[in-house]
This record gives sequence, structure tokens and C-alpha cells, in this order.
Amino acid sequence: MESVLRWIADNQQMIYIVILMIFVGIEVIGHVPSVLHTPLMSGANAIHGVVIIGAIIVMGKADHNNYLALILGFLAVVVGTLNVVGGFVVTNRMLEMFKGKGKKQNTSSK
Amino acid sequence: MEVSILTLCYLFGSVTFIIGLKMLSNPATARNGNLLAAAGMAIAIVGTIFLYEEEGKKLGNYPWIFGGILVGGIIGTLSAKKVKMTAMPEMVSMFNGMGGACAALISTVEFDHIYQTYRAVETAWLSDFVQAGHYLTIIAGAIIGSVSFAGSMIAWGKLSGKIKDMSFRGQHIVNLLVLLLVLAAAVFTYQYNVGYAQLLFYVTVGLALIYGVLFVMPIGGADMPVVISLLNSFTGVAAACGGFLYNNKVMLTGGILVGAAGTLLTILMCKAMNRSLKNVLIGSFGGSTVAAGVKKDQGSFKEITLSDTAVVMSYASKVLIVPGYGLAVAQAQHACHELEKLLESKGVEVKYAIHPVAGRMPGHMNVLLAEADVNYDKLLEMEQANDEFPTTDIVLILGANDVVNPAAKTDPSSPIYGMPILDVELAKNVVVNKRSMKPGYAGIENDLFFQPKTSMLFGDAKKVLQDLIGEIKNL
Repeated sequence: MESVLRWIADNQQMIYIVILMIFVGIEVIGHVPSVLHTPLMSGANAIHGVVIIGAIIVMGKADHNNYLALILGFLAVVVGTLNVVGGFVVTNRMLEMFKGKGKKQNTSSK
Repeated sequence: MEVSILTLCYLFGSVTFIIGLKMLSNPATARNGNLLAAAGMAIAIVGTIFLYEEEGKKLGNYPWIFGGILVGGIIGTLSAKKVKMTAMPEMVSMFNGMGGACAALISTVEFDHIYQTYRAVETAWLSDFVQAGHYLTIIAGAIIGSVSFAGSMIAWGKLSGKIKDMSFRGQHIVNLLVLLLVLAAAVFTYQYNVGYAQLLFYVTVGLALIYGVLFVMPIGGADMPVVISLLNSFTGVAAACGGFLYNNKVMLTGGILVGAAGTLLTILMCKAMNRSLKNVLIGSFGGSTVAAGVKKDQGSFKEITLSDTAVVMSYASKVLIVPGYGLAVAQAQHACHELEKLLESKGVEVKYAIHPVAGRMPGHMNVLLAEADVNYDKLLEMEQANDEFPTTDIVLILGANDVVNPAAKTDPSSPIYGMPILDVELAKNVVVNKRSMKPGYAGIENDLFFQPKTSMLFGDAKKVLQDLIGEIKNL
């Protein structure tokens, strides 16, 4: 119990960020028209690819003789990049099709 | 100095994620929003590679890092560029699974690091050395990441038709048991002899993978978009665990942002289908289909020839087209746009009525029609379309079924009862293009096809539309 409390005290900044981000996340997409559900999901999917930063850190500090860390870290970098790059490219492809036509829609999107 | 530049990179990344997501939820700015978020991500990644320091030590293993990024980048770009528009949903699911796997792998390496440090102390518990919060972020990342990975892979398999729905009696109880086992294993890893910690950790990950499979397996294919969106927010939370682990604020903001937005998006999607999340997850859709399959005598349906269709359409004053999955499968969006232009040149008013869940994903039809250069103003959302049906001469339904099924309003025993639908019956005439009389995704009969107003036009949507265009030109 004490250990949990200490952890919360040590990480209070982070916990504040979590709570505020939950509200920001909800607020930011609150008014999305159903037309954009798919691209939005895909875009959000690309954003959580930020986990790749963790993969890079793991990879970068792995010892030269720690093969488990090297191999798993390498795999993590590969799949993380897949998530980021693939996610943004797919989203862009979807949205490319809206180009030029979106402007008129501006007012009618709820 | 360098560390503070990195902080700036992360700050910039976090802000672009928030603004990018905000812009993504408006049609006019969506594309730039995506590019903005991508730019922020690129800066955060490059900053991490070159500027990150831990206890004064920079990162090493650059060949491995760049090798991994190169491999992932090439595969990611190619597969994202090559995928067909109809296969978009499963592609998103696949990429989501990759993110989950990444989070789980990070946790595995970090756990191994702890284990190697303390394994020598035979008789102690892991909890004697490691703070509960620290352990919690590692194990939560591992569990959530694994569930998300396994679930996304199953969702991908289902959408691409490789895996069939499967459920057995008492599956919910089994699922719950597996979940409890996962949690138990996670607790024992921490509160037990260090010597067993590694084994127990792998058991936890293994069980979490199994849970991911069992979790998605019984859910019907039509509900996959909701599940993918939910798994998407899971992966967001898993990424945020990584943020805690490394005290890294960009991972934390990005992850939590997606976790919260993804959860809300999941709920919005459920709302568009007028179903509760619980309903989707328990999978009553698949369960009650069998009962509804006992069909009453429907009477007969009438067919219409291409030339008749051509005549009625070119002499109508207003035509509404209802696209569905059939249009997507046949890749008929270009032919559809051509028909629209041809009819317009004859003075017919043509519009599209888009049901929010037509196709396999919310917004699926809008994306497809936009690809074929259909003007955005011609796409009516469900409420607008329902206002226009009474003044419409002909409704042309292209491979849509459940979204126009009147049973959703009239038959309380129907599995889709309560789902808002397009009231196509209000129009003067309805022409339905389908490949056969086979029921739609929910597996139920559609009374609409047997009504006197309705005529059936069988065939592949693309071929039928092309022939129809030919016929109209010959008139």
C-alpha cells in the first residue's frame, strides 16, 4: 500500500497528464460526423504508434551481448514503425479522396 | 542543452497529436491534420534517436535501430499503398495489432531487465525490490498489448474472410475465467519467489494472447469496426504504459489521447448502429440469428429487366442511390458516378443516401464515392435522406441490405430491431440490385424485397451499372 502511494507521489505529474488527456481526447473528437469515423480511427491508430519511441529506447540501451533484448527490441522497432508509417499512409490515402471537396462541407458538418 | 531540445521535440509532438486529432474530426481539415500529426511523430522519433540520454549515456545500436525502421517503413508504406479501398478496415486492424505487439515486446524486454538484476536473490519476492507502480506499468503494457495484438489479428482474419465466427456454449464464462487467470498470474509474478518470476511472466503474456483470441472470436463480422476501434483504444493505453515506464510525456499524451478518443469513437459507432457496447461484445447479433432464421412465407418477388430499369430511371425526376457493401466488393463506385452524370445530363436529380454503417465500416461509402469523384454535396446523411425519400421517384439500392430492412422498425423479434434505417419504402419505386436473394450480413431475410413497390435487378453491381449506362445511352 505504502509503495503504491509513494509511486503515485513520485509520478504525480504524469498522473495529472493522464487525467487531463482523457478530457482532451473526449473533447477533441466529440463532434465528429459519422463520415469521418473510419479515417479518424485510422489516424488515431497511427498516433498510438508513438509507442515506437519506447521501442527505440529499449533497442538503443540494449547491451551488445544481451541477445534477447537485441532481438525483441529490433522486432519492436519493426512492428512499431509498421504501425506509424502504415497508419499515416493509409489515413492519408483515405483522406486524399476528400480533397478539394471538403471545403463546402465545412458548415454542414455538425 | 540537447536534452532540453528533446523536451521541446516531445512538447511539439504532443501538441501536434492533439491538434491533428482535432483537425481529423472535420472534413475540411482532416488531411492536413493527419500530415501534422505525422510531422510531429517524425520529429519526436528523430529527436529520440539522436538526443535521448539516460544517466548521461546516449543510445547505441544505431544499425539495429535504423535497420528496424527501414524494414518496418518499407513494408508499412508498400502494404498501405497497395491495399484496396475495400480492404482498408482489415489493414487498420493489422497496423493496430502491430502497435499492440510493440508495446508487449517493450514490456517483455523491460521485465527481463528487472529479472536479470534480481534473479540471484533466490528466496525473495519481486515485490521486495520493485515498486508496485513500476511493475504495474510493465505488466499492464504486456497484458493490454498482447490482448490488442491477438484480438486485432483475429479481427483482421475475420474481415479478410480467413477466419469464421466461432462461439461455443458458455464462452463468456470461459473468457471471464481466462481473464481472471491472466490477473492471477500477473499478481503471482510479483508476489512470489523471484526464481519463478520469468516463467510466470511468460504465462501471463501467453494467457493474455489467448484471451485476445477468445475475446474477438464470437463477435460477428458486422461488428468488427466497433471491435477494432475498441482494440485501438487498448493499444493507446498500452502505449501510455510505456510512457510511464520511461517517464516519457509524448508517449503518455499520445497513448492516453488515443485511449480516450478511441473509447468515445467506439461508443459513437455503437450509437450509429443503435446498439450498446455491451450488446456488441456479448455478441447477441450472432446468437439470435438462428432463431430469426426460421422464416415465414415471404411471398414472391418480382424481377425487372435492365431495359425497363433504364427507361424508368431516365424518365424519373429524382433518383436516390443507396450504396452498400455490394458496391464496395464490385468496385463499382466509378460506374456509379458515371450513371449519376449520365442521368443528370438527362435532367434527372441524382443523390446518394448514405447509411452511417453501410459497408463494413462507418464512413466506408463516403470514402469509396469520394474516390470516384462524387461531389460531396450529393451525399446525404441518413436523416436528410429520410426527408427526401417521399419525393423520390426511384431508389436504386446497390448491394445494401440490412440498412434498408424494414424489420428494424416493425419486427421486435428481429436481431436488428431498433437500428435506424433508410426509409426507402417511402419512395414511389424501389429497384434493388443484389447478386442473389441471399440474406445480408446479419443473416436475416428482408421484407423489402417482397413488397409490391420493389423490383429486383440481379447481378454484380459493376456489370449491372455498366449495362444500365449502355441501355440508357441507347434510349
